[in-house]
Amino acid sequence: MIEKYDPLKGEMLQILHPDGRLEEILRPDLTDETVQTLYQKMVLIRLADQRALTLQRQGRLGTYAPVYGQEAAQIGSAYALGKGDWVFPSFRETGVIYMKGVSLKDIYLYWMGNEAGQKVPEDVWVFPVSVPVGTHPLHAVGAAWAAKLQGEKICTVAYFGDGATSEGDFHEAMNFAGVFNTPTIFFCQNNHYAISVPRKKQTAAKTLAQKAIAYGFLGIQVDGNDLFAVYAAMKEAREKAISGGGPTMIEAVTYRFGPHTTADDPTKYRPDAELEEWKSRDPMVRLQKYLKGKGLWSEAQETQIKAEAEAVLNKAVQEAEAVPAPEPEEMFRYTFAELTPTLEEQKADYLAFLKEKEN
Amino acid sequence: MAKRNMVEAINRGLMEEMERDPSVMILGEDVGKEGGVFRVTDGLQVKFGPERVVDTPLAESGIVGTAFGLAVKGLKPVAEIQFEGFLPPAMDQIMSHISRIRTRSRGRFTCPLVIRSPFGGGIRAPEHHSDSPEAIFAHTPGIKVVLPSTPYDAKGLIVSAIRDPDPVLFFEPKRIYRAIKEEVPDGEYTVPIGVAKIIREGSDVTVISWGAMVREVLRAAEMVEKEGVKAEVIDLRTISPLDDGPFLESVRKTGRAVIVHEAPRTCGLGAEIIARINEKALLSLTAPVERVTGFDTVVPLMKLENHYLPSPERILRGIRKVMAF
Repeated sequence: MIEKYDPLKGEMLQILHPDGRLEEILRPDLTDETVQTLYQKMVLIRLADQRALTLQRQGRLGTYAPVYGQEAAQIGSAYALGKGDWVFPSFRETGVIYMKGVSLKDIYLYWMGNEAGQKVPEDVWVFPVSVPVGTHPLHAVGAAWAAKLQGEKICTVAYFGDGATSEGDFHEAMNFAGVFNTPTIFFCQNNHYAISVPRKKQTAAKTLAQKAIAYGFLGIQVDGNDLFAVYAAMKEAREKAISGGGPTMIEAVTYRFGPHTTADDPTKYRPDAELEEWKSRDPMVRLQKYLKGKGLWSEAQETQIKAEAEAVLNKAVQEAEAVPAPEPEEMFRYTFAELTPTLEEQKADYLAFLKEKEN
Repeated sequence: MAKRNMVEAINRGLMEEMERDPSVMILGEDVGKEGGVFRVTDGLQVKFGPERVVDTPLAESGIVGTAFGLAVKGLKPVAEIQFEGFLPPAMDQIMSHISRIRTRSRGRFTCPLVIRSPFGGGIRAPEHHSDSPEAIFAHTPGIKVVLPSTPYDAKGLIVSAIRDPDPVLFFEPKRIYRAIKEEVPDGEYTVPIGVAKIIREGSDVTVISWGAMVREVLRAAEMVEKEGVKAEVIDLRTISPLDDGPFLESVRKTGRAVIVHEAPRTCGLGAEIIARINEKALLSLTAPVERVTGFDTVVPLMKLENHYLPSPERILRGIRKVMAF
């Protein structure tokens, strides 16, 4: 299906319309029960985001990059992945990494300034968030290349934003993926802003998806606020990847309702009217309308879902805050497999200093 | 005269240079409409228009590489790299081209440009937002490296950097961006590149530092004064070219030296300073030179960051150590 949508012709995959109407003919293998569950995950992530902002304002958490508005793009795409697929996230992927098995406690712990939050469980294939924009798609290509050489039926996914497509490394990643036909999915959440710079100033190209064409593989634009479309495209790209069909770029067209991070004020660079226009395409509202039509959503249910989510978040925050500050030794511990003599010396000297300070 | 912090002082310096010289332009991520993530270029796009204060695509190599082209063709670009941790993508352009074009073309082509970048730790920032890579660039022939520690010097040095015939990397210690306010005059003045400054006189020990660490050193100097030790404090202000005259002269007087930097210890600029002291003032030394520095580790996130950054207490310990030798 995904090859039918040509980004050069401005074609974009949409299955669930903003008014809640579903194109039944395009419906992927999502039962209404599953949709309901995914909706609950989206509610959880939206609230998790709000909680992070509150904690940041209270000084309990550092700079944070909210997902707000991109819940369908994240939950829908991650749900299409297999347990063994590898995810290389950027710094705005709370929804994705949660779906892939990173706990909310660890996510909060990391943003609270403790690196231990990046140490994911052994059976979770999620990399630490990549702060330098656009650098990690190359890693996804390398890991996919390895999987191919090792004969493993998995794919890798690089998650990044519209701004990342301007970085040189992004283009090198796309090129390598094409040349080595790696099972890689380039999942771009085009949320229309790289901090203050609008998408139209990132590239003169009409779409981001069309960049894939130049590298010899398929690129598709999907409505990023449509859970069904995001899931369907990702599922198909994954099947193609693990069956030897090579890479795909998916441009999920969405919008960042909040700031870039807690450190900026979007009213300075973004017209209110534009935000309002996009709010009418809120991925949550659209899904509510759909579920309501099926008799699967009501105000009472919503209240209950939110209450359950808040309880989950209370526990996660409590657990994260209960983790004691790391010992200073932790600073040295992971530099190499074994501490070098120089690092041993630096550590010993610093611990001696702390001891002197105590006395 | 107006009291200004470092953000305002650099903003003022940029504005005055853009008024004076129509070939000066600013380019970088979020420098225009947003006015920079730290507001250093605030208001400049409104004043000078989007062709002179340019929001570029998100691409550090692109920003710095095109700045090279703009400069060789006769403009005076001031490129911003949003955080020092995002300099690596631009390293190829800096090391392979910007720093070498004068040499490679035997002076036929030059690229007088400025690369500004917020620098260093201490603001509880995310990963890749707290590094101190000054020594890497001091180790790169052909590019000057400036690192002010006060608003007054910051304005005078940004003006000098723009007017310099060679490329200049201008690091701005973000920890003290808004921490210090002082008299910063309107109108033209310059602080020369490559000139260190004695900012506190003393006779017992020489303490050499730069950037955000200068303030910590001054605190330590106050503390040790209570113990009867008079520390002479030198602010390098420029990392490359290194002005060794003032610290050598000071060491000849005091016989003792402590170097303080936030960057990792090994191959930090402290090592070069010690080498210069050994080469030119060894026989004046009455104690081994001490370094108080960051560690040879990745800068930790906020829960451990204060352990990494040299504190006045750690500096005091260093001073006591050389005094007790």
